[in-house]
Amino acid sequence: MSIEVRGISKQFGTHAALDGVSILVEPGEFVALLGPSGSGKTSLLRIIAGLEQPDAGSVHFHGEDATARDAKDRKVGFVFQHYALFGRMTVFENVAFGMRVKPRANRPPESEIRRKVEELLHLVQLDWMQDRLPSELSGGQRQRVALARALAVEPRVLLLDEPFGSLDAKVRRELRSWLRRLHDEIHLTSLFVTHDQEEALQMADRVVLLHEGRIEQIGTPDEIRSRPASYFVREFLEIS
Amino acid sequence: MLPGLPVSLGVTVAAISLVVLLPLSTLVVATGSMKGAAFRAALASPRVMASFTLSLGAALGAAAVASAAGLLIAWVLVRHPFPGRNFVDSLIDLPFALPTAVAGITLTTLYGPSGWLGRPLEALGIKVAYTPFGIVLALVFIGLPFSVRTLQPVLADLDPEVEEAAACLGASRRQIFLRVLLPKLLPAWLTGFSLAFARGLGEYGSVVFISGNMPMKTEIAPLLIMTKLEQYDTAGAAAIATVLLAISFLMLLALNRFEAWSANPTGRAR
Ligand SMILES: Nc1ncnc2c1ncn2[C@@H]1O[C@H](COP(=O)(O)OP(=O)(O)OP(=O)(O)O)[C@@H](O)[C@H]1O
Ligand SMILES: [Mg+2]
Repeated sequence: MSIEVRGISKQFGTHAALDGVSILVEPGEFVALLGPSGSGKTSLLRIIAGLEQPDAGSVHFHGEDATARDAKDRKVGFVFQHYALFGRMTVFENVAFGMRVKPRANRPPESEIRRKVEELLHLVQLDWMQDRLPSELSGGQRQRVALARALAVEPRVLLLDEPFGSLDAKVRRELRSWLRRLHDEIHLTSLFVTHDQEEALQMADRVVLLHEGRIEQIGTPDEIRSRPASYFVREFLEIS
Repeated sequence: MLPGLPVSLGVTVAAISLVVLLPLSTLVVATGSMKGAAFRAALASPRVMASFTLSLGAALGAAAVASAAGLLIAWVLVRHPFPGRNFVDSLIDLPFALPTAVAGITLTTLYGPSGWLGRPLEALGIKVAYTPFGIVLALVFIGLPFSVRTLQPVLADLDPEVEEAAACLGASRRQIFLRVLLPKLLPAWLTGFSLAFARGLGEYGSVVFISGNMPMKTEIAPLLIMTKLEQYDTAGAAAIATVLLAISFLMLLALNRFEAWSANPTGRAR
């Protein structure tokens, strides 16, 4: 399913966090949203998820306007930088949450929930951790639980906000290639925020470069490397 | 062991003994000198029983109202910055700072038959002063800060992203409150409830003016203790006080057990 934002603008006070941003993410694509701190990456992701309202512009999923829809009705998987797990629920219950809060009519039976949770925990390689609390997991494990939790409701698209931002370099590299492999398996349209150019260029099908709330360049990693569109892009990517 | 721990521990124990245990032990001694039959007789009179029912009911009701209102107030203070918030925030402590008699007189003036609020309410057929309702009202006033102040830090500590994560997973506001927020708030909420209840059970100054103190109708247990003391019925007063003490103590004990249990939610959430 595609994600499209058209002419998104957002002001915080007098400061324009986003200024006429338009992006189209094709179905099944893995796109990185790259930019320095404060460039508006998180704001854009939150607007796509419906956690924030834009001042202007619209958000479309599969060509369908979702700008007025509530976050809870958008079927968007969101992975937060600081995991945002439910601290008093076990790993199992965290992943099951999205299925348990469905309206009774389309809530799966307990056996189905159990099967689904176990399948997802297997997918993120945490089968043996289902009875632990989030506080008993490492950062990388928590983030994988957060990913399984987001996937449990079969979202139409996946948004990840610096999912590995608070992990150390080694774990980060491992999870990076793991996430890319996972994406190649399930082909879920994904928008991935990072301020690490290496991460973006290595993982993504296409990269969107954001700078002070505007798009500097959109293109495949090769295009951006070989034809940086501006002095800023050249500087930011340290292309000589 | 922390340096200085024996000293600070000693000071703490000594302080608690002097301030809490010593007065309480005189109470137990006074009651203990009564024969079992005398103790029962002192409590069995209908007037004493009526005062217990009233005090317990009013304290429970007021603690419930203060808890509900306290959650609302704490939520607004923490989550919705508005102009004048600091001022409102400092008003919360007023019932702590005010001498209780002042609170009592103020409430009585306000809600009395000719008061600002009392007169219009009476025109609507609602009597506040000199009714159990008035007592509950005074206890809510006294209990509110306990609820607000225990909830505030817990609410400030909540991560809004956790609620946003729940929303993205399709949870309604109601489900977010019941499944995500409530489990975290419950210990503090119950603490506030118990403190408001324990305080309300023993509250005297702010109640006696608005209650009118009619035996069997609006006479609270703490007032009855005073009355008995004035009649030199020390044993009778001590018997009532012991029962109040026991109720407060059991309440706090139950709370403690609950907190110990909820701090370690046995793995599974259901
Ligand atoms: N709730 C808010 N209130 C006021 N200003 C905000 C708010 N959220 C974001 N901003 C401002 O909007 C701009 C963009 O913020 P945003 O969080 O989207 O940046 P970012 O690209 O995600 O940065 P980082 O890499 O540091 O996470 C920043 O200047 C920030 O200060
Ligand atoms: Mg950000």
